[in-house]
Amino acid sequence: MNKRTRWTRLLPTLGPGTVWLLVFTLVPTLLIFYTSFLQRDPHGWLSGPLTLENYRRFFGIGPDGIDPLYLNILGRSLLLGFVTTLATVLIGYPFAFFIAASPRKNLLLLLVVLPFWTNFLIRVYAWIVIFQRKGVLNALLGQFGMDPVLLYPSWTAVYVGTIYTYLPFLILPLYASVEKIDWTLLEAAHDLGAGKLRGFWHAVFPQTLPGLIAGILLVFIPAVGTFVISDLLGAGKAILVGNVIQQQFGASRDWAFGSAAAFVLMAVVLAGLWLYARWAGERGMEELV
Amino acid sequence: MEQRKHFKGKRTRTPGGETIVRLSGVRKRFDPLTVALDGVDLEVRAGEFFSLLGPSGCGKTTLLRILAGFEEPDEGRVEIAGIDTQGVPPYRRPVNLVFQNYALFPHMNVFDNIAFGLRMKRLPGDEVHARVGWALELVDIAGLALRRPHELSGGQKQRVALARALVNEPEVLLLDEPLGALDYKLRKQLQVELMNLQEELGLTFIYVTHDQEEALVMSDRIAVMREGRVEQLGLPEALYERPASRFVAQFLGTSNLIPGTALSEREVETPLGTLRVAETLETGRRYTLSIRPEKVRLSRNAPGSPNRTWARVDDIIYTGAENQYLLDAGGFELVAYTLNSDIQEPGYEEFDYDERIAVHLPEENLVVIHE
Amino acid sequence: MTTRRWLTLHGILVLLFLYLPIAVIVVLSFNESKFGVAWHGFTLKWYRQLLEHTRIHPYVWNSLIVASVSTFLSTVLGTLLALGLARYRFPWRGGLLFLLYVPVVIPDVVMGVSLLLFFAWVQRAFDALHLGLTTVILGHVSFQIAYVTLVVKSRLAGLDPSLDEAAADLGAAGWERFWKVTFPLIAPGIAAAALLAFTLSLDDFVITFFTAGPGATTLPIYIFSSVKRGVTPEIHALSTLMILVTTLALIAVQRMQARR
Repeated sequence: MNKRTRWTRLLPTLGPGTVWLLVFTLVPTLLIFYTSFLQRDPHGWLSGPLTLENYRRFFGIGPDGIDPLYLNILGRSLLLGFVTTLATVLIGYPFAFFIAASPRKNLLLLLVVLPFWTNFLIRVYAWIVIFQRKGVLNALLGQFGMDPVLLYPSWTAVYVGTIYTYLPFLILPLYASVEKIDWTLLEAAHDLGAGKLRGFWHAVFPQTLPGLIAGILLVFIPAVGTFVISDLLGAGKAILVGNVIQQQFGASRDWAFGSAAAFVLMAVVLAGLWLYARWAGERGMEELV
Repeated sequence: MEQRKHFKGKRTRTPGGETIVRLSGVRKRFDPLTVALDGVDLEVRAGEFFSLLGPSGCGKTTLLRILAGFEEPDEGRVEIAGIDTQGVPPYRRPVNLVFQNYALFPHMNVFDNIAFGLRMKRLPGDEVHARVGWALELVDIAGLALRRPHELSGGQKQRVALARALVNEPEVLLLDEPLGALDYKLRKQLQVELMNLQEELGLTFIYVTHDQEEALVMSDRIAVMREGRVEQLGLPEALYERPASRFVAQFLGTSNLIPGTALSEREVETPLGTLRVAETLETGRRYTLSIRPEKVRLSRNAPGSPNRTWARVDDIIYTGAENQYLLDAGGFELVAYTLNSDIQEPGYEEFDYDERIAVHLPEENLVVIHE
Repeated sequence: MTTRRWLTLHGILVLLFLYLPIAVIVVLSFNESKFGVAWHGFTLKWYRQLLEHTRIHPYVWNSLIVASVSTFLSTVLGTLLALGLARYRFPWRGGLLFLLYVPVVIPDVVMGVSLLLFFAWVQRAFDALHLGLTTVILGHVSFQIAYVTLVVKSRLAGLDPSLDEAAADLGAAGWERFWKVTFPLIAPGIAAAALLAFTLSLDDFVITFFTAGPGATTLPIYIFSSVKRGVTPEIHALSTLMILVTTLALIAVQRMQARR
């Protein structure tokens, strides 16, 4: 097949999609990068000259030393990400095995998928109903004669809400790996003298890694960037990077600064993703979907 | 026009003299380091059962795929039914391929699979129906027309693949190790069926295999391939009884290979002593003598006569129909087969471990290999 | 085996955890009382109120329009892209793949604001693409396309290449091979991808939040702004209906898969 026919075959399939991606994914991303070096102008729009002011402001680099305001916010977002990931792994990892070991696998999977497909706003605001002053939790505590707790709005509510929202995101890819486990490897390990724990660690755990890592990425990344959950369950008291970005593009109208914040968040995420891609290759990426 | 020899008890075949496939100087490489075909010249005659035999990597599958049109040669010329195939895509060639993994369309039933090629030719519905019916009968799967491939056994899938190719009445049928995935008995049964089918239809079959026994059983002619070249081409008996190289001698069946130097026009000096051969040699040149284990004669007494030596029975392998003896002839290893015929006569004896016996290598059975 | 016992206990607790919030909402949607969680009696009045509040109807409509159009566009574009990726090797393949993964893994916020920024620039330069349903659709396609491509691509990768060769050998040229052999075999994958895209669109909040203009409110946007003002049983009723639809859809998909 000569070069010309190859191109005429290739273009109709790849052409439209590539154009779309370039226009609506690449260009906007580059715009964010570019805008982060601009400044807000008096008319509410953006103007040059190019400057690092937004980044300086974000990292708090000033004449009096480092102002940690936004760094703290970034730190809190990362903390939320890590804690959520850890919690979902601790909760979800045994659960994946619970599904695999059960005779009612399909039913259980359905039960996990249902919340996963339920609109995530519904799943988040439900916790308002549970944690509010006259909410379900306090009603329950009241029944046992205990004092009410004020968990809404609070960081606790945000954490619980985030863990709750992203738990299925870990279970599902992890289960895909758990389902495919070759248990004969465990038998071989036992045969060769490994006890229950070591057998599991050496023969079973490595087989769950692809799904586990995919799940971790699918939890960590959205958790770090969330603003809805902190907005609804933290009601203004819980500010994360996502909230900063949303505010700058909303009420504050400082799109330049918002772009810088967005770019920092994106850089953090893409760094993690690049590491994963190096490790897992193309097949690994497909597992993410 | 060569015929298969009567006295060997095989069918008499006279494959038509007209050449239907011709390859000249075909070369192909897949990357700078791997040469798949290194200059192949051969001709296949209409109506013959032609096998490409060789170990993995010898290029036989590449050659088949070039004939089918899935690869183009880098150099050389390929002619099918007189037409140069350069640039001709697979769907316009008068050949059909039976795939090694069957490649049946999973979303179609047996009938539609077989009908596919006919429908591509836009044949009218009732003709398609008739031809598919004929093909189903031909390979003996008439009742399976509505089944899906995943409901079939390996042997059944094989027949469907065959029917799907045959129904198009190609000039040449290409078969890529079609029996490889089947168990022993089924393979043997299908080998006979394929042979009979080929003879009945009079089609040209080009058959790729690495199983030398299969090639010997089924083919009219065999091309033994090695590292991208045709090592030897000819009738099965010719290849077996008169291998032209050490490779062919060892690839087709087992062979005793005895190195030596020619002492005179008829004698070779070897580790087993001086052996007489039935060919004229060039004095001083080095040769390898090949003799098949079943041609080696064993006995307890040793009248003096050429091509005899003593050996000790080192090991005996019992395969049911045969006894295979591993012999130590003064440090040189020989293999000899005798039939377990239970005949109590000299020449049909059975021997024991460590027995010292006489080994006779008859002159007419020593093949001279010029290597 | 105690491991199994613990596992089962853990499993049940996790399931309770997963369904507690959902159960709360469903139950409260039938509660007579407007505030608080004390049970005051069973009623359907909130559902009646919901159905009578015609101002919600456009939101439902918007969600469906956006989902349908964007799913159609992204499925077509994504399937073509997957075909191209599976079939050809070309120098910018790696770059294209990376670009494809960006919408999947990037935080929603970043994608949302980047689109907002992009549309704003276009508005300034060409006076086009003002925020409205169109921009929402454009935004949705931009992340759906990635999912569709990846799902279909993985389906294609699982196809036996010798099937295509067999079809060619039997006389089928390029397009005919695609329609008769390749397409039927990837059709389930395309359907699954389309379903995924549709769901993602219906469910999306963040991207819609940033790309929607007045008159382009979808259901999730309505729920968000409503909940910020205060949680009402009417919202519970709406949520329960949405949960019901999701459940029915899931069961339908399960049935479809089981039949195959």
